[in-house]
Amino acid sequence: MHRIVILGAGTGGTLVANRLRKAFTTDQASITCVDQNDRHVYQPGLLFVPFGLTHPEDIIRPRGKQLHDGVDYWLAAVDRVDLEARCVHLVDGGALTYDVLIVATGAVLAPEETEGLTGPGWMERVFTFYTPEGASALEAALATFDGGRLVVNVVEMPIKCPVAPIEFCFLADWYFRERGIRERVDMTYVTPLDAAFTKPIAAKHLGGMLEERSIELVTEFNTGEVDGVGGRLISYDEREVPFDLAVVIPAHNGAAYVAKSPGLGDALGFVLTDEHTLQSVASPNVFALGDAAGLPVSKAGSVTDFEGEVLVENVQHFLAGEPLDASYDGHANCFIETGFSKAMMIDFNYEVEPQTGHYPGVVGLPLLKESHLNHLGKLMFQWFYWHSLLPGRNIPGIHSAMPLAGKQREGEQREEEAHS
Amino acid sequence: MSVETIGGVELELNDEGFLTDPSQWNEDIAVELARREGIGPLTDRHWQIIRFMRSEYETKGSGPSVRMLGKTSGVPIKELYELFPKGPAKLAAKIAGIPKPRGCI
Repeated sequence: MHRIVILGAGTGGTLVANRLRKAFTTDQASITCVDQNDRHVYQPGLLFVPFGLTHPEDIIRPRGKQLHDGVDYWLAAVDRVDLEARCVHLVDGGALTYDVLIVATGAVLAPEETEGLTGPGWMERVFTFYTPEGASALEAALATFDGGRLVVNVVEMPIKCPVAPIEFCFLADWYFRERGIRERVDMTYVTPLDAAFTKPIAAKHLGGMLEERSIELVTEFNTGEVDGVGGRLISYDEREVPFDLAVVIPAHNGAAYVAKSPGLGDALGFVLTDEHTLQSVASPNVFALGDAAGLPVSKAGSVTDFEGEVLVENVQHFLAGEPLDASYDGHANCFIETGFSKAMMIDFNYEVEPQTGHYPGVVGLPLLKESHLNHLGKLMFQWFYWHSLLPGRNIPGIHSAMPLAGKQREGEQREEEAHS
Repeated sequence: MSVETIGGVELELNDEGFLTDPSQWNEDIAVELARREGIGPLTDRHWQIIRFMRSEYETKGSGPSVRMLGKTSGVPIKELYELFPKGPAKLAAKIAGIPKPRGCI
């Protein structure tokens, strides 16, 4: 019998455990899923907490309940992985041996790596909405914020859900308008990138949307220090951005045990992974997906879901001694909440950047365009997440490989603009 | 995209000024690319980073981010900004003749 061990019972670990449980009978394979706590956070929901649109208790469920019968669930912290001995050492002294290991322990926030960020002012005038606790504390701070300088800062890429900080700006603009105090708030988006976003077409759209909302954009700003007392972000090249309230997205690392396991990860603790097969570069019987994988893709739930489909097939190929399927194409998509009950959608992969058009086909959700339909899609997605994505059901029309039908390439788009 | 002659070699540069073919790179080209960015003369510390960028690219297929450079290159982040102002990862990659680090999104 094959022993499959999955580290992490978040999005990737859960959906892979459930899909593998369907793929193998209990006589063929044992599946063990390990996590260090029993709080499964629907992370896309965190964005809405600061604005009182949802609450932490509505987006957190027990991890164990999301796993199908027949998946062993262990509540334990991982100390390190011994790739040669094919053994996971746990902090409590226990150990788990495996035939196949799947790393799905996500990314962790590293606010302590930025000077001053967790010092005086942290959780008082400097917040992050990337944790349930931070998002709740920010909700209280926003409720009593009557005007001044609000700064939203991404310390360094990669971060989870790279569009979330921009969505936060759009929602804050909406929130202050609803409260009738928008003109008393100066908003600034401060990014280490050279534009509002990484991919050129989407960066142009999103940059324009910040401008329309009078949100100042500061680019190529690498935060070296946060002065919570003086209210200043200070870059490594000694530029300063003043604030009364700062929303900071800290640098991210992989799980600490990855960096402690020789060969498994890079210097930040992200697993060195083949970008098409999702197999570890260090060891053929190790695979990784989701935020834990060091791939040039967004750290996002949709990516994890698309990766999961390919990974589950490859675990089966590997255990059968067959060649792996190198078909993960970097497919990612996400809804971008833009305020006023509207949202945009972007869909892209390793080769094709976000474009206009529709998803998943010629008829579908509008891409790179604000619409109420996308907002409804974003709201509905939470239901799909718990009831369809985690259980490992296929959503009709949504596949791992990125669809090209429905997309307008840039040249066609220009032509269309010229005609209109 | 533009084609330019640097150090007697015809080179293709993309819209952001990065070499499209990293294999064409040599140290003379680095000196000229650095000069265009207002950096020079190149010191041993500059070369340490430029060589590190090239070896990272050759083994991993992409240049490292600033934080990764700070952790692995032996040069602290503060000094990286003195050597390659504004964006050390991007600027050092450009001078090292490798593509813009894609580590993000």
